[in-house]
Amino acid sequence: MSGIPHDHYEPQSGAARWLHRRLPVVSLIHDTIMIPTPKNLNWMWIWGVVLVFCLVLQIVTGIVLAMHYTPHIAMAFASVEHIMRDVNGGHMLRYIHQNGAMFFFAAVYLHIFRGLYYGSYKAPREVTWIIGMLIYLAMMATAFMGYVLPWGQMSFWGATVITGLFGAIPGIGADLQTWLLGGPAVDNPTLQRFFSLHYLLPFIIVGLVIVHVWAFHTTGNGNPAGVEVRRGAKAEAGKDTLPFWPYFVIKDLFALALVLVLFFAVVGFMPNFMGHPDNYIEANPLLTPTHIVPEWYFLPFYAILRAYTGEVWAVQLAQFVSFGIVDAKFFGVLAMFGSMLVLALVPWLDTSAVRSGRYRPMFRWWFWLFAVDFVVLTWVGSRPAEGLYATIALIGSAYWFLYFLVVLPLLGVLERPLPAAATIEEDFRDRHGPEARGRGAGTPAE
Amino acid sequence: MLRTLALLVAAALVTAAAPAPAARAAGGAERVITDVAFSFEGPFGRYDANQLQRGLQVFTEVCSGCHGLKYVPLRSLGDPGGPGLAAAEVRAYAALLEIEDPATGEFRPRQPTDSFPGSSLENAPDLSLMAKARVGFEGPYGLLVNPFLRGIGGPEYIASLLSHYTGEEKEEAGSLFYGNASFTGGWVAMAPPLSDGQVEFADGAPNDVAAMAEDVAAFLTWAAEPKMMARKQAGLTAVLFLVLLSVLLYLTNKRLWAPHKGGARTGS
Repeated sequence: MSGIPHDHYEPQSGAARWLHRRLPVVSLIHDTIMIPTPKNLNWMWIWGVVLVFCLVLQIVTGIVLAMHYTPHIAMAFASVEHIMRDVNGGHMLRYIHQNGAMFFFAAVYLHIFRGLYYGSYKAPREVTWIIGMLIYLAMMATAFMGYVLPWGQMSFWGATVITGLFGAIPGIGADLQTWLLGGPAVDNPTLQRFFSLHYLLPFIIVGLVIVHVWAFHTTGNGNPAGVEVRRGAKAEAGKDTLPFWPYFVIKDLFALALVLVLFFAVVGFMPNFMGHPDNYIEANPLLTPTHIVPEWYFLPFYAILRAYTGEVWAVQLAQFVSFGIVDAKFFGVLAMFGSMLVLALVPWLDTSAVRSGRYRPMFRWWFWLFAVDFVVLTWVGSRPAEGLYATIALIGSAYWFLYFLVVLPLLGVLERPLPAAATIEEDFRDRHGPEARGRGAGTPAE
Repeated sequence: MLRTLALLVAAALVTAAAPAPAARAAGGAERVITDVAFSFEGPFGRYDANQLQRGLQVFTEVCSGCHGLKYVPLRSLGDPGGPGLAAAEVRAYAALLEIEDPATGEFRPRQPTDSFPGSSLENAPDLSLMAKARVGFEGPYGLLVNPFLRGIGGPEYIASLLSHYTGEEKEEAGSLFYGNASFTGGWVAMAPPLSDGQVEFADGAPNDVAAMAEDVAAFLTWAAEPKMMARKQAGLTAVLFLVLLSVLLYLTNKRLWAPHKGGARTGS
């Protein structure tokens, strides 16, 4: 499948040959599981398997929760309490599902940042990256709608604020928002359609994940050295790779088990830690919470949304040149969606020919600053948008765009990369070979 | 990986050593929230059945005059990991409360399968989830250090609210407000509900305001999170088995890769 020479499936028995001629499903599974994988992958390459686990966990727990949940504004909140109190194991199911969403996002952010550091998005893996961004977008939509379902105060007011973003679009905004909500405000039609879509979207994510895996199985995995697997002959490719099973399956399962230790510690001992207490108050359209904040995994984008007030010169300029069509609210919406767009377009914004950040001395600094920026935006998004917080949010969101639109395009021209490993075999030997062990250097964990 | 671990440990030590400033209300005014060492805190914390029974008594004799617990089924009073009333006691307790039977339209005594009544006073919030719907400890600066070290603090908030009345009163727009150091803004519409010695406990436990406030806060925590003990047990079991699985997978992985990494054991 990957164009990397390797042993293909040969049906051994008569029955296997019979099936293979009619439907080569065993061959498909075999080639997927046995795919030659660069042997120098480090511990940041485990998140894909963790993410697949998260997706399956969310779907399985979600299907059972849906058996007991009632999507009606008069009964939704009570039905969640019914799950928590009356359904056998319901409290565990719900806490696993709720915290599972958070671990899903934590893992996807680590996965994305790994891609950003090691240049996983660069040719020929742009399609893998774009599909990944679509998965991320679908995840956000799913999580947002799922958060509305318990019909707590933050569910209701979060839905009001986020659908209000579409209302800020000039001209069609108001009609679009009404169409999304199924009425003039968040109400029963909103809850019911969100429930329906919350059930649908995960299966679209499954489809996208299959395409995502198909895409990088076509190009072959990236790797920390950023050099391609040698494909001239099977023997040569064999020096750069090991089959996915058992080498990477066992390695990824070990990492997954460690992640799950943390996950079940959170579910068991502090399941409400990252949630918002206001969501244990039933939705009340007449009572606005003091601070409306989304779940933590949306906070960087929430910070960018709120950063651009009417006092920012860029906003005033945009308002002036657009004859007032782009006001501060719409500017914020454009900035928020723009921040995701530049992330999706990074394969074409990064001009450097070198893939791995390991060999890019200047890039590394800007990258880690971007990682810090992400954390700072997450934090500042949870704070009231006033005083120093507003300034920090503005600087943070300015850097977000600076990184993608100025730093990455320029670095490719200005930077002098370090000498890279010539082959994966060499990189692997440098880190894990007998000499590396003698030096006491090089753990697989970088 | 070791270096990362060491860094994590160091970071944890630094945050643990940092002094925890007093919790701040949303408006910025200082709220007084007293940290209580409840028996149910921490990974191994358990509800104290005696305390839950005392809290139930305080709730029944005082709070239930206005507040309800509409999501709490009466039968759960007899569930393991709760107040642990005997089946007959649960039935007797339920029978003291009336309900309008939806089938007949007539009033009848409640049964264990019914829930506690809802609030009887319009402005009194239902308390079923109050212990999870309020924050005691925040920050500093939204960094979640205090909630991590001391808990989110819903139970502490309830106990503090009940025991931090200042004794002041003021009338505003025809309503009476009572000074309370734990309430955001400092004035609360609820009159001081507890006074020293108000409830007589059968087990002779202290019945000053602070003690009763803690007991009822513990009871309301159970009401909001009745499956807490089962959850912590499940969590602990899962963590222990997963640690074991991690060790086995670590060793498997090490042995699997050894021949390819050279130098170490050659494996089989």
